[in-house]
Amino acid sequence: MSKITIPLGPQHPALKEPENFMLVLEGEQISGATVNLGYNHRGMEKAAESRTYLQTMYLLERVCGICSHSHTTTYITNVEELAKAEIPQRALAIRTLIAELERVHSHLLWLGVAGYEMGFETLFMYTWRDREQVLDCLELLSGNRVHYSMNTIGGVRRDISIEQKAEVSRRIKFLEERTRYYIKIGTEEPTVAARTANVGMLPPAVALERGAVGPTARASGIARDVRKDEPYLIYDQLDFKLITHNTNDVFGRLVVRVLELVESYKMIHQILNNLPEGPIAVKVPMKIAPGEAVNRYEAPRGEDIHYLKSNGTDKPERVKVRAPTLANLQSVAYMLEGGWLADVPLVIAAIDPCMSCTDRASVWDPKKGKMALYGWEEMRKLGIEHYKKRGVNFSGL
Amino acid sequence: MIKPARIFSEVIKHLFIKPATSGYPFEKAKIMPNFRGRIDFDSPKCIGCQMCVKVCPSKAIEIRLAAIQPPAPAQVEGQPVVAAKRKFDCFMHLDHCVYCAQCVETCPKDALIMTQDFELAHTSRAALTRHYK
Amino acid sequence: MTPDSILPSLAYITIFPGFLFLAVYGLYLQWVDRKLCAVMQNRMGPPLIQPLADFIKLLAKEVIVPDAADSRMFRLLPFFAMAAVMTAVISIPVGAHALCSFQGDMVVVIYLLTIPTVTFFLAGWSSTSPYATVGAMRVLTQLFAYEVPLMLALIGPAILAGSWNLTEISAFFAAKPYLIPTQLLGFLAGIIALQGKLERMPFDIPHAKNEIVGGQFTEYSGRLLAFFYLAIDMELVVGAALLNAVFLGGSLGLTGWAAIPVFLAKTLAITFLLALLKVLMARIRIEQMVNFCWKYLAPAAIIQILADIVLKYKLG
Repeated sequence: MSKITIPLGPQHPALKEPENFMLVLEGEQISGATVNLGYNHRGMEKAAESRTYLQTMYLLERVCGICSHSHTTTYITNVEELAKAEIPQRALAIRTLIAELERVHSHLLWLGVAGYEMGFETLFMYTWRDREQVLDCLELLSGNRVHYSMNTIGGVRRDISIEQKAEVSRRIKFLEERTRYYIKIGTEEPTVAARTANVGMLPPAVALERGAVGPTARASGIARDVRKDEPYLIYDQLDFKLITHNTNDVFGRLVVRVLELVESYKMIHQILNNLPEGPIAVKVPMKIAPGEAVNRYEAPRGEDIHYLKSNGTDKPERVKVRAPTLANLQSVAYMLEGGWLADVPLVIAAIDPCMSCTDRASVWDPKKGKMALYGWEEMRKLGIEHYKKRGVNFSGL
Repeated sequence: MIKPARIFSEVIKHLFIKPATSGYPFEKAKIMPNFRGRIDFDSPKCIGCQMCVKVCPSKAIEIRLAAIQPPAPAQVEGQPVVAAKRKFDCFMHLDHCVYCAQCVETCPKDALIMTQDFELAHTSRAALTRHYK
Repeated sequence: MTPDSILPSLAYITIFPGFLFLAVYGLYLQWVDRKLCAVMQNRMGPPLIQPLADFIKLLAKEVIVPDAADSRMFRLLPFFAMAAVMTAVISIPVGAHALCSFQGDMVVVIYLLTIPTVTFFLAGWSSTSPYATVGAMRVLTQLFAYEVPLMLALIGPAILAGSWNLTEISAFFAAKPYLIPTQLLGFLAGIIALQGKLERMPFDIPHAKNEIVGGQFTEYSGRLLAFFYLAIDMELVVGAALLNAVFLGGSLGLTGWAAIPVFLAKTLAITFLLALLKVLMARIRIEQMVNFCWKYLAPAAIIQILADIVLKYKLG
């Protein structure tokens, strides 16, 4: 059968964010796949350099809509490390609570998206309906469903009252029951098994080689979780299991995520029951002493790394974000090859991609089939040339 | 263990219960009590310190001296002259605002108030710049 | 033909149960299907007017024909699909009897119901875009998977009734309603195969939206797409009517206007079963679909045929 090349994306119903996958098809089977990034570059790291530390926090919160708390917490830990601020225990506990609520909402969202991608719309509708419960919890605690803005430099912005505690734990109990039901659906429904088992295989050796992180790696049997390996916030005081699975396929990723949900509920109850008393924030000066910091954080999708360099002013010198999807995308190309066209959306969705976290500028020439990566200097040169053609000269800047 | 049509009983149960979705524009949406919505402005409290302008991450606030200033209070006999309190206007660019409510927290005089308004969409961009007097 | 016989026939073809009835009832069944799915998924679902509004909206949109496509064929295909479905209804008893009933009309109906699927394939193939091509190939693969089980399922009752005439088969079951439950296995196989024929979840593989966008209809737009969708809605009515006639005893012996409510109630029940199938499962892959149809569905239909032969022998 002749080979045809199908572009999947940047505009495609399976992708919620623009990204391009070129698939070489032989009939229904894929014989080659390439991932092309760069449709969603927003210049956030550069923008951060012209904002104060506090303003940068609100900017970085918008790196990603789903793991907004992950990015701000990592960034803020860097800032506080450089400022040598001592954060009160209660603030750390509240941050951990929001982090776990975020994981719950992200994993439930993933479960729904996985259901949608495998054409199981009922599962999609049910999980997203139940996800409203945790979104309500977040709205109740922080004042917004998506961009919680709970963090501030030196602590958190809002305290948790006793009524809020009771409300959150009531809703979480409901979710626990529902999650038990979804575990049953995920493991017992034959069509789900047919669509996920032995799909998107990622053997442990390849996962290590390609640097997979988060649930993608854990489903390949690699016990790697920043919460365990290098506990931050108050994770060293919490009792939870590191979930791994050894089927290396999409089914494993599904199991890892739903079981992690159960662990997250456990942690939420632990935090709510032993919330330390005390202040929720300390004052941190506007100007941060010169220095560099790197921090890791287990976002729902995997390890999130932030780098921060300060220069003694109230604005950061350099912010660098390494989002988990970038680490996982390398594995996607491997997982797609040899699989079925019908499984492509599911395999891509299985790493829980968040393209807007990930994108770097790159240019792809469809005629020559070549791809070039652009650095800052080249981007600047291109920009100046572009505006010169339109009669504006920026070369003096 | 594999059971065909595992979701069957749940699906049948849902035939007899009310939908979870709401007919939103016709039915009011439920909002939590301290939802971060539109920021309101209380002019008499404002001292024009511009703290909110500086802290705003999206340059959504402008505080300007009002065009019409209130008259100075009448001088009381034997007391020094009291200067008139200057009045400030607030221009809130709702299309810039990210609704983080950092300005509300920063304001030393509580002149900015967080409301629960969220239905702020408009067909004209100019209408998104609110002028609070 | 005398004018006296032409007029009723014309009314039969254009109004009831021909074009007008099929279109209106098709749109209504589409709404029933969508509403039922929505309720079962705990949603609100569309208002009654939605399918008609969608149809009218599509009629008003621009028709775009790809440069590489064969323009004439591309434009004609939706009407072929609709014509085939409307022709099929002539031989299916909608009320008490069919307009054109003859020995062997069941085979003709099955044949006519295959034509829309072939037009779907041609639609995808002639659009020449990659997604449409993949969709077209899937249409054809799927056709070979469900068509045989569907035919086998329909043969069972025909053997029992000893007739290839749809009207006679339904009359046979109407006369002996106690035989209807014996056809359960064949009926279920028929429902599942019909689901595949109508390309609905879990068998909506040819136009699985998150894999190949619109599948065979990717390049279609405006009026042409509207008529394709209308043809699919009509096919739903005709498919339900066919199953009703073959398995459920048609009008149950009622004649005249009394037969209509029976027909509507039973097609609605079949639509409910089809909607239930839609919400219960995840979409399967094309090769799993072929496997399933040949491994389980076709044998189930064959068992039904064997049972019917034995039953016929017992009944004498």
